[in-house]
Amino acid sequence: MLKINNLHAKVESKDILKGINLEVNPGEVHAIMGPNGSGKSTLASVLAGRADYEVTEGSVEFMGKELLEMSPEDRAREGIFLAFQYPVEIPGVSTTNFLKTALNEVRKYRGQDPIDAVSFLNLVKEKSKLVEIDPSLLKRSLNEGFSGGEKKRNEVFQMAMLEPKLALLDETDSGLDIDALRIVANGVNKLKNKDNAVIVVTHYQRLLDYIVPDFVHVLYNGKIVKSGTKELALELEEKGYDWIKNPVSA
Amino acid sequence: MSENIKVLEEITSSEYKYGFVTNIESDAAPMGLNEDTIRFISAKKNEPEWLLEWRLKAYRHWLTLEQPTWQNLKIPEINFQNIIYYSAPKKKPQYNSLDEIDPELRDTFNKLGISLTEQKRLSGVAVDAVIDSVSVTTTYKEKLGELGIVFCALSEAVHTHPDLVKKYLGAVVPMTDNFYTCLNSAVFSDGSFVYIPKGVRCPMELSTYFRINAENTGQFERTLIIADEEAYVSYLEGCTAPMRDENQLHAAVVELIALDKSEIKYSTVQNWYPGDKEGKGGIYNFVTKRGICSGVKSKISWTQVETGSAITWKYPSVILKGDDSIGEFYSVAVTNNYQQADTGTKMIHIGKNTKSRIVSKGISAGRSHNSYRGLVEIMKRADNARNFSQCDSLLLGDRCGAHTFPYVEVRNNTGKVEHEATTSKIGEDIIFYCNQRGIATEEAVALIVNGYCKEVLNQLPMEFAVEAQKLLAISLEGSVG
Repeated sequence: MLKINNLHAKVESKDILKGINLEVNPGEVHAIMGPNGSGKSTLASVLAGRADYEVTEGSVEFMGKELLEMSPEDRAREGIFLAFQYPVEIPGVSTTNFLKTALNEVRKYRGQDPIDAVSFLNLVKEKSKLVEIDPSLLKRSLNEGFSGGEKKRNEVFQMAMLEPKLALLDETDSGLDIDALRIVANGVNKLKNKDNAVIVVTHYQRLLDYIVPDFVHVLYNGKIVKSGTKELALELEEKGYDWIKNPVSA
Repeated sequence: MSENIKVLEEITSSEYKYGFVTNIESDAAPMGLNEDTIRFISAKKNEPEWLLEWRLKAYRHWLTLEQPTWQNLKIPEINFQNIIYYSAPKKKPQYNSLDEIDPELRDTFNKLGISLTEQKRLSGVAVDAVIDSVSVTTTYKEKLGELGIVFCALSEAVHTHPDLVKKYLGAVVPMTDNFYTCLNSAVFSDGSFVYIPKGVRCPMELSTYFRINAENTGQFERTLIIADEEAYVSYLEGCTAPMRDENQLHAAVVELIALDKSEIKYSTVQNWYPGDKEGKGGIYNFVTKRGICSGVKSKISWTQVETGSAITWKYPSVILKGDDSIGEFYSVAVTNNYQQADTGTKMIHIGKNTKSRIVSKGISAGRSHNSYRGLVEIMKRADNARNFSQCDSLLLGDRCGAHTFPYVEVRNNTGKVEHEATTSKIGEDIIFYCNQRGIATEEAVALIVNGYCKEVLNQLPMEFAVEAQKLLAISLEGSVG
């Protein structure tokens, strides 16, 4: 599904990614861990197409297409979803209205007719139940005055609505208490199936208690320095990131 | 939203949509302004002597005035002798049905998307269409007539309802009020006249479409709306103009009079040619609109969506004279490229327990400048007056400007005035968030701007709200990214 090959990227002339290689197949959950400043969020942003980042080398293939040549909106329409670490607030635009526009754009790209009002409302009902989000929140302006937990839950709700092939969760656990974390993780788990994939970017192991990864990769200084199974995350938790920073013990 | 997107797609490949010139023979006054011009206009309209004198008085006063300079606008010099002050379609038509209308004129309406036939049949909107300066067709007159409602050209009302016209013309906006009202009083060509009798609720939206049509013709409409006791009327004004290089002056006057317990709702969607992307051409829109709540518990509500014109100078105001009267002003002003707007309102509280509400949304893009200018004045006698003002500015890009000039004068210590203001910018992070959900930049801007203006757009009648949404999207096309 996703093949990242020797990806280099910089922001404002500072090299952040220095040769990432990663392959993700349908049905898989990958966790990307690493200390602050290792390039985890940059990787998610580059895949989603944020303009501040410049790719200097390497390629990314998504569903057989060259991802880096597509506009951010086309990447989204192809099925890439980024759950933002810091979701923006848009005054005056309700979540419902926002998602209807988004969904219809995706449908148009796929040659489908716009969704009718009844089907859309049913979908909202079904998915809001699935991710346990209060439907009254959805009528309010997108994320405006939402708590940190509500914003993250709204990200997962949007993911449920748009049904992406590949979801990138960028530090979705940051700022969440343990109950909110459980609800958000449950939502992600319920959306998992054999045809889609998830990349979880996280600093801490605790999210991985709920979203259990098939693979764990440790990013350090712009490169994946270690890959393994979920046990690697536990080992990291125990030994700390200094363990991988020291090349001798790695 | 799909409406917006469709419109954006249509428009990305086209220039100003309403840029076409209808080829109807004009019967125009010679270029320039002097007493003879005014006599010519007055004679053309077969006006009574008092009105000619009124015009001449205004003209003589106008000669003593100079163009105002206090506004935050750069206005190129206007040669007032280089303007044709009167132009009318030659064949003054008398129609029984729309089929008799000059086919070319009907074509113009069709291009504007306001097929009268459709309007009559579908929406129940009575249209008093103004092509250049003379009303050429009025629909629904009979039905309105049954209720005693008068809706006709002002030039006609001068003959049919001389007492009302004489009493109220210039009663709210004195001819000497300012440079442009004075000019308008001298040379006004035509406009609408509305009278809603006591206790009558006008069952349909009254609507006038203005067009500026002949080359070099200034447009000087004059509208007078009177709601008698316990009457209600909603009036719509929409504007489009043909594309052209030369600047065109437009100096209209609108006067509203609300008697006891009556209500007037006046909505405008203004979409005149704003000039091209380099700031060449475009309409100068110098308008004076004012209403008086002269009766107790009366209400006047202005709603405007201003997207067009090269320069807009406009402050629809309410004089709250009657006790317990209410004044409202809802505004969206969009400027793009080199457009300039200095717009806002005045709320003058004279009566007791009077209330006013101001909601202004300014959106600036390109190299444009957008100013809100508002006055809230609470007079000595106005016990317990209340005002709430909300002035928001939205910036797209970093070469445009938003300015706010709120003036507050309170002379009664029971008065309460609230003012809130925000300035926000559509930043790259918001655009990227939308992109990441599959929404392209242009659609994202339309989505956000329509959301931003929702409170104002909600005040518009349904069919107007749709048109206004489209206009916002069109006006901001190409402004981000």
